[in-house]
Amino acid sequence: MFFFVGQTSKKIVPKQRNRGLIRLFRIALQAIIRVSTKRLNIQQDRKGTSRMRTKSSGISRMERKWGIIFALPPILGLLCFTLYPVAASFFYSLTDWSIGNDWQMVGMDNYKTIFTGDPLFRKALYATTYYALGSVPIGLVVAFAVAMLLNQKVKGLSIFRTIFYLPTIVPSIANTILWLWIFNPDFGLLNSMLKSVGLPTSQWVYNESTAIPSLIMMSSWGVGNTILIFLAGLQGVPAHLYEAVEVDGGNRWHKFWHITIPCMTPTIFFNLVMALIGTFQAFNQAYVMTEGGPNNSTLFYVYYLYRKAFTESKIGYASALAWVLFIIIMALTLIVFKSSKRWVHYEEGGR
Amino acid sequence: MAISPARMLVYLILILGSVVMIFPFLWLMRSSLMENGQIFIFPPQWIPAPFMWSNFSEALTTVPFALYFKNTMTIELFAVSGVLITSIMSAYSFARLKWPGRDFIFALLLGSMMLPYAVTLIPTFMLWKSLGALNSFLPLTVPAWFGGGAFNIFLLRQFFMSIPKELDEAAYMDGARPFTVLWKIIVPLAKPALIVVVIFSFIDVWNDFLGPIIYLNSDDKFTLALGLATFKGLYNAQWGYLMAASAAIVAPILLLFFFAQRYFIEGITLTGIKG
Repeated sequence: MFFFVGQTSKKIVPKQRNRGLIRLFRIALQAIIRVSTKRLNIQQDRKGTSRMRTKSSGISRMERKWGIIFALPPILGLLCFTLYPVAASFFYSLTDWSIGNDWQMVGMDNYKTIFTGDPLFRKALYATTYYALGSVPIGLVVAFAVAMLLNQKVKGLSIFRTIFYLPTIVPSIANTILWLWIFNPDFGLLNSMLKSVGLPTSQWVYNESTAIPSLIMMSSWGVGNTILIFLAGLQGVPAHLYEAVEVDGGNRWHKFWHITIPCMTPTIFFNLVMALIGTFQAFNQAYVMTEGGPNNSTLFYVYYLYRKAFTESKIGYASALAWVLFIIIMALTLIVFKSSKRWVHYEEGGR
Repeated sequence: MAISPARMLVYLILILGSVVMIFPFLWLMRSSLMENGQIFIFPPQWIPAPFMWSNFSEALTTVPFALYFKNTMTIELFAVSGVLITSIMSAYSFARLKWPGRDFIFALLLGSMMLPYAVTLIPTFMLWKSLGALNSFLPLTVPAWFGGGAFNIFLLRQFFMSIPKELDEAAYMDGARPFTVLWKIIVPLAKPALIVVVIFSFIDVWNDFLGPIIYLNSDDKFTLALGLATFKGLYNAQWGYLMAASAAIVAPILLLFFFAQRYFIEGITLTGIKG
């Protein structure tokens, strides 16, 4: 074990100049080794010592050593880029720190201000929730419907699949600029089409009441990923289940309701959670297209947080905002997880 | 073979849907090649006359997009190689090596996928600031060397687990070390999955916007995405130029997609199925 410590620290940090990081690295490594040796002792006690000297124990020792070495990058990544920032951001949220000034602990004051004295917070939360409540269900339903259609043994499946997937890979900046042009009230694609068939036009993202619905519409253009995941799920539904329904004289509707939907619930669940987390953190549309306007109607939460942190330099307050969002997302995810026991069916034994 | 009305309806909806999906692309293309006079005609025309190829050269030279391209590719090089190397190593470790705490760490990694990035954003920024690494490519490349993201590890782990474990064991019996097994057995067998990781991380870097706006502030360091956003600020109503610049940034990704379509589909399917 000691040999292994010396070897790795030499191997992995040859040119690291920063002392802090090296120390962090050492501490992390020591902690990991302490935990692993402790576990080892327990195992030895349980198994007795007789089997530990066979050839397979040599292999398992080697696996243990290299397993930890190979997994060091994500372990350190978790420490430096996940656990530390989460802890630090909570600490910041208890301070009144803004870049360039002295700071002091202010307890829960930031949170108090957020909930009682910040009308923009309410605007941001409203805009984000509105957007999520619109785009998540619409996206899921549209994607599911398209996947169902594509699963009907259609000819040219790969062409359709490509077409529906294409919008997803457009870089989001190019995407937002393109849609800004599509939404253009005077010369944009949408109003031009509406005008040509004599329908009333809209101000789209340039009007307070239509801005969010426009963004929801835009988001449903890019559901290609979800379609593909649903399609893969649909193709995995065992054929014998459908045959069983046929034997019992069931029709399409029975198949859909009693086989397809239950078999697809894990996939729906996965897509739902990912979509919720994603939409609650929408940012680019607000930054590039609307700058949160008109009249803060598209002030997405993360965009508001970004402005607080990086334009107003209010690190403490922005961190508190981040934690509020964190708790909201966690609560939502938890609700979905809890409810999943009632509606998500896992096949016995798994795949 | 007669086509039933139900199937006709399926095709009809699919074709209509495809048209809706394609339309914005056509709009992008036609606008990028039109001169300003023609763009603003009602009812809109679809064929540019004349074809303004100069929109592209104008748009791409008024702002130094060549430099932005170089910057983006530099970040790509260091970030994608970091993702590839460290995600292979760690996925191998999680998939096939037994060590205490492995499943706990893996669960933690998967959990971190659900963590809103907004929470880690500010302290990570302050961390790079205190290291004096703002306005450099370090914050955009170094994190890639720490496992390459839970998503990629998860994807590769799934793939590695499908390779028969007897191969490893036979190699161990011959005295091979895990590194040899990984390099000689796993990597050659996992090529399709590795290509998926490379493609997805390439696209992630290409499309990343929040990272560059936070960390890069002098315009000689800008990436393409950030350059495009700046360009939009400068030429707000010059839709021909804006569309040309956007098209130029979309095009390489579309090309990549057409050449590597199979891998895209496989990659998404691989991660989605298990949920």
